[in-house]
Amino acid sequence: MSGIPATYREAVALALADEMEADPDVFCLGEDIGAAGGVFKTTVGLFERFGPDRVRDTPISEQAIVGAALGAALTGLRPVAELMFADFAGVAFDQIANQLAKYRYMSGGQATVPVTIRMACGAGLGFAAQHSQTAENWFLNVPGLMVCAPATPADAYGLLRSAIRNDNPVIVLEHKALYAEKGEVEPGGMVPLGVAEVVREGHTVTVAAPQQMRHRCIAAADEVAAEGVEVELIDPKTLAPIDMETIAASVRKTGRLVCVQESPAAGSWGATVIAHIAEHALDDLDAPPALIAADDTPIPYAAPLEDLWMPTEERIADGIRRVAAL
Amino acid sequence: MSAPELSPADLLAAHRSMLEIRQFEDEVQRLFLQNVVRGSTHLYQGQEAVAVGACSVLREGDTMTCTYRGHGAVLAMGAPADRSLAEILGKADGLCGGKGGSMHLTDVSRGILGSFAIVGANLAVTCGAALSATYRRTDAISLAFFGDGATNIGTFHEALNLAAIWRLPAVFVCENNLYGEYSPIASTTPIERLADRATSYGMASAQVDGNDVLAVREVVWEAAERGRAGEGPMLIEALTYRQRGHSRTDPAAYRPDGELERWLERDPILLFERALVERGVATPNELATVRTEVEREIKRISDEVRAWPEPRPEARFEDVLV
Repeated sequence: MSGIPATYREAVALALADEMEADPDVFCLGEDIGAAGGVFKTTVGLFERFGPDRVRDTPISEQAIVGAALGAALTGLRPVAELMFADFAGVAFDQIANQLAKYRYMSGGQATVPVTIRMACGAGLGFAAQHSQTAENWFLNVPGLMVCAPATPADAYGLLRSAIRNDNPVIVLEHKALYAEKGEVEPGGMVPLGVAEVVREGHTVTVAAPQQMRHRCIAAADEVAAEGVEVELIDPKTLAPIDMETIAASVRKTGRLVCVQESPAAGSWGATVIAHIAEHALDDLDAPPALIAADDTPIPYAAPLEDLWMPTEERIADGIRRVAAL
Repeated sequence: MSAPELSPADLLAAHRSMLEIRQFEDEVQRLFLQNVVRGSTHLYQGQEAVAVGACSVLREGDTMTCTYRGHGAVLAMGAPADRSLAEILGKADGLCGGKGGSMHLTDVSRGILGSFAIVGANLAVTCGAALSATYRRTDAISLAFFGDGATNIGTFHEALNLAAIWRLPAVFVCENNLYGEYSPIASTTPIERLADRATSYGMASAQVDGNDVLAVREVVWEAAERGRAGEGPMLIEALTYRQRGHSRTDPAAYRPDGELERWLERDPILLFERALVERGVATPNELATVRTEVEREIKRISDEVRAWPEPRPEARFEDVLV
C-alpha cells in the first residue's frame, strides 16, 4: 500500500476534509467540533479550512443534532453529525431509531437519508459506565441503519468516506482507545461498507472480532500459533448489515467459530453470527461455537475491574484453545 | 406590512380547502368505525383554520412537518385527497405505498416532509430543513405544526433553542387545542400562555385565534417574512379546539359540560363562511353549494379508493435501505 502515515484520529479528520472538499453539500455538526477541534481532536483544522457554516458547533442537544441532520438530508444536504460519546446516542434514540432509520421505509421510498453519525465508543480508558460502551448492539435491532466499526487508520478513513457517500443513515463508531493507533491511509481510498476482511488466514478456527478486540485477537493468535493453532481472523468492519458470507465461508474451511466482542453477550452481533451459523451451517461446524464477550454488568471504573470486564488477550487465547481442542 | 390580500378566488379556495379537510376527516372517522381503517386515527375537525391559514403562506421550496394529527396539514399543502385516503387505507398507491398510514402521511414532492408520530420529533427535523435554506442561501422557510402537549417534551426545547441560536428560518406553529391526549393542558403545564415559552429562547412569538383562518394567515405570514429576511424563527400559539376525542373511538367524556358546544359556536368553517358573506365574496347559497360539492367529491374518492389494489407482498422488503 502506498499510503501516508496517519493515526486513527488523523485518519478521521482527513476523511472528513476529503469529503467536504469533494462535495459542497457535506457539512459537519456537533458539540465542540468547531474551533475546539472536537473533544477527541478528530475535527482539528476543519473549522479553519471550511468555516463555521460547514463545521457547525451545536448546543448540547443530541436530539436536535440528529433531527436537524435528518431534516437537512431530506432537503438535499449530506450531514455528518458527531455525538461525541456513543453512550449519548441514548439521548437521541428516538431520532435515530424512530425517525432516521424508518424515514425512507415509512415514506415508501420518497427520499434518501444520507446522514452519517459519528460517535466515539469503547472501554479501556477509565471513563466508567456512561462513557465507555461500544453501543453497536443497541442499533442492530433497528432495520434501516448501517453500523460500521473501524479498527485501523486505513479503515477509519475509508469506512467514513464510504459512509458519507452512502445514501443510507450510517453510524460510524470510532473506538476511543484506538485514536492514537498508527498506520497508513491511502488518500482517495475507500473501504466498502458491508464487507468483512480476512485479516489473517488460518485453518484451525475462525475468529471474528472488530476494533479493539481485533487487535487483541492478533496478539492471541500469535500466542496460540506457537501451539499449532492457526487462527483465521476476520474483522467484520460493518456490523449492520454484517458480512455473514465471509464468516460462513471461513467456517466452512475451519469448522470452528469464535466471536470476540467488547460488549455483553445478550442481543449482540456475536450472538447473531453464532445463531446464524448454527441455523444455516450447522453441518460445517466440528465444535460448538463460542462467544467471548464482556461481562454482563455495567462497565466498572477502577482499572483492575475494567481490565477484567472485557475480553483480555489471555481470555481470548484460552477461548480459542478450548474451541480448537473440541 | 401585512400579508398580501387574498383575491375572492383565493378566499373561496381556502374555504373549499377547509371543507375538504372537514369532510375528509368525517369520512376517515366513518371508515374507522366500519373497521376499514386500521390502527389509530387522530382527527383534525375543528382545527382546519390553522392548517389552511398557515399553509396559504408557504410557497414552492418551503417545507412543512406535522404530527400524527396531520391529515389537515397534509391536505392544506395540496396533497391529493385520494392518495392521502389511500394511504390511510393502506393501499399500494397511497402517498407512502401503504407503509406509513394515518400517522405518517408524507409527500416530499410537495414539501410535506412528513407526519411525525413521536411527540415533538418533527421540530428538530424542521430545524434541519431550515438549516438547508440557510446553508444554500435561499429564502425558503420550514414550518412545523405541533400540539400543546409537545411543549413539554425535550425535543421542543432543543429544537427551539437550536433554531434561535442559529437564527433559522423556522416557523413553529403550536396548535393549542386544550388537550394533550386525554389531559387538559392546565393539568400538565404550569403556564397558560404557551407562546410565552419563546421568551426563554429570545424568540419572537405571537398568540392568535386559531379558528380565524385569516388571522392565522396574517401572523404566519409575518413569521415567514422574518425567516426569509434572516431574522430568525418565531413561535406562534394558535388557540383552537379539537372537536373530537384524542384518537380512535375516544368519546372525550373528560370534557366539561358545555365546552364543546361553546367551541362549536366558534367553528372555524362557520366563522369563515360568515366573514365571506359579510365581505360579499359569496352568498350563503353559494357556500352551501360548495359544501355539497365537496361532500360528493370526498364520497366519490372514498368509494373509488376503497377498490384500489393492496400493496404487493414483496413491497414490505423494499426501501429499508437504498
